Amino acid sequence: MSNGKPALADWTTGAEAIVYQSCAACGNLQYFRRSFCVACGAPDPAEQRASGEATVYATSLVCRAATPETRAHVPYNIVLVDTVEGFRMMAHGDNDLSIGDKVTARFARFAGRLVPYFARTKS
Amino acid sequence: MSFITGVGLTAFGRHEGSSSLDLMSKAAELAIADAGLKRSEIDGILCGYSTVAPHIMLATVFAEHFGIRPAYTHAVQVGGATGLAMTMLAHHLVEAGIAKHVLVVGGENRLTGQSRDASILALAQVGHPDYEVPLGPTIPAYYGLVASRYMHEYGVTQQDLAEFAVLMRRHALTHPGAQFHDAITVADVMASKPVALPLKLLDCCPVSDGGAAFVVSREHTGEAGVRVLGCAQAHTHQHVTAAPALSELGAEISIARAKAECGVAISDVRYAGVYDSFTITLAMLLEDLGLAGRGEAAAQVRAGHFSRDGAMPLNTHGGLLSYGHCGVGGAMAHLVETHLQMTGRAGHRQVRDASIALLHGDGGVLSSHVSMFLERMR
Repeated sequence: MSNGKPALADWTTGAEAIVYQSCAACGNLQYFRRSFCVACGAPDPAEQRASGEATVYATSLVCRAATPETRAHVPYNIVLVDTVEGFRMMAHGDNDLSIGDKVTARFARFAGRLVPYFARTKS
Repeated sequence: MSFITGVGLTAFGRHEGSSSLDLMSKAAELAIADAGLKRSEIDGILCGYSTVAPHIMLATVFAEHFGIRPAYTHAVQVGGATGLAMTMLAHHLVEAGIAKHVLVVGGENRLTGQSRDASILALAQVGHPDYEVPLGPTIPAYYGLVASRYMHEYGVTQQDLAEFAVLMRRHALTHPGAQFHDAITVADVMASKPVALPLKLLDCCPVSDGGAAFVVSREHTGEAGVRVLGCAQAHTHQHVTAAPALSELGAEISIARAKAECGVAISDVRYAGVYDSFTITLAMLLEDLGLAGRGEAAAQVRAGHFSRDGAMPLNTHGGLLSYGHCGVGGAMAHLVETHLQMTGRAGHRQVRDASIALLHGDGGVLSSHVSMFLERMR
């Protein structure tokens, strides 16, 4: 997308990657892909692959799911993490994660899709 | 000026065989009769949406069905904030002289019109279609995330949250129209089935059938007038991933705007109707609005502050948690109950003084907020 280059593939399209955008004009980072910077409106924010290192911001262990496909995974932990790059994202994580834990991303299958999955960073 | 001149509310729970239009019509009829008006005097209609029967023009579908040819009508969609957003718009419409009597109506057969799974699935779509929904979150999970963070930052416990479910149930026991009629304890809430931890079944509002309506008019039609003193909105995000810090959420912004508009202080408020989709929603909103100190709302519940005979009676009909939640009509029940309290018609639920009331609605995941002050005039 940026500079006419094709968009980097990420987990939302089945690739094992977390991608974010950064604005050359104002430095803003954004996770939801757009063709412009949400902070200043400048076109074509640059796409970058995230390292997968993050800190847990919030967690919710889903015990009641709404479809047969997701019910097969119950319980599963929905987490919000703050990445070291500086943007927040939603993902799955180990069931025993606590707020403030340092975590590292891998990728897992969930209801027929690839999703980012965070586990505590091995020190 | 604008006045809430009539209110109507059905029982919430199961209305086997009733469509969304049936429930909207029933509530509308009650509200128009309560205002002492004839259908032909209604020249504006605002309605919400129905997840069971989605339509691109629900307002005209309803107007035709109900038998009104309004000069002004359309639907409004702001999730749980829809009822108060419509009231705010109706207030401005009558003040601007665009309509004389605006009917505000919401109703849905959300419980019997679809499966619970379908309902949960429809509501989960408030999440981001690419970056959130594929992860299998539910509405309770979005609020569960917020709850985990709020509990972490302010030292709130699951037992604290349970107090709100118990209070709403205690209030519902005194209203024959409420969905639930069995008393519950903190232990019952703690032992209820996990849904999206830290939220358990009794931390969550139910899915209901029901309808609610009111009439907003340029002049009051009965003896006691209930007037809109001031109202304001705030919208900070849609998706929980994009939500600001807990200290920067929209409730604090909308209440500050509403206070500035009409010069009312929280210390003037005598009755509160606050959105309570989950126990965490109610705890956070009470604290964001300034009705309780940060992290202190549960202690205030235990002290009886929000009880019918307390200093700040809250949702005396039982709220979404125990009167029930039929979608748009759910939070409109808070305004109906407030009106009954302000006009001295709440029977054995009547509070001592409801001369000035604060209403607050929240849509999405604390995304959209509407705050409103009402005043009784004699």
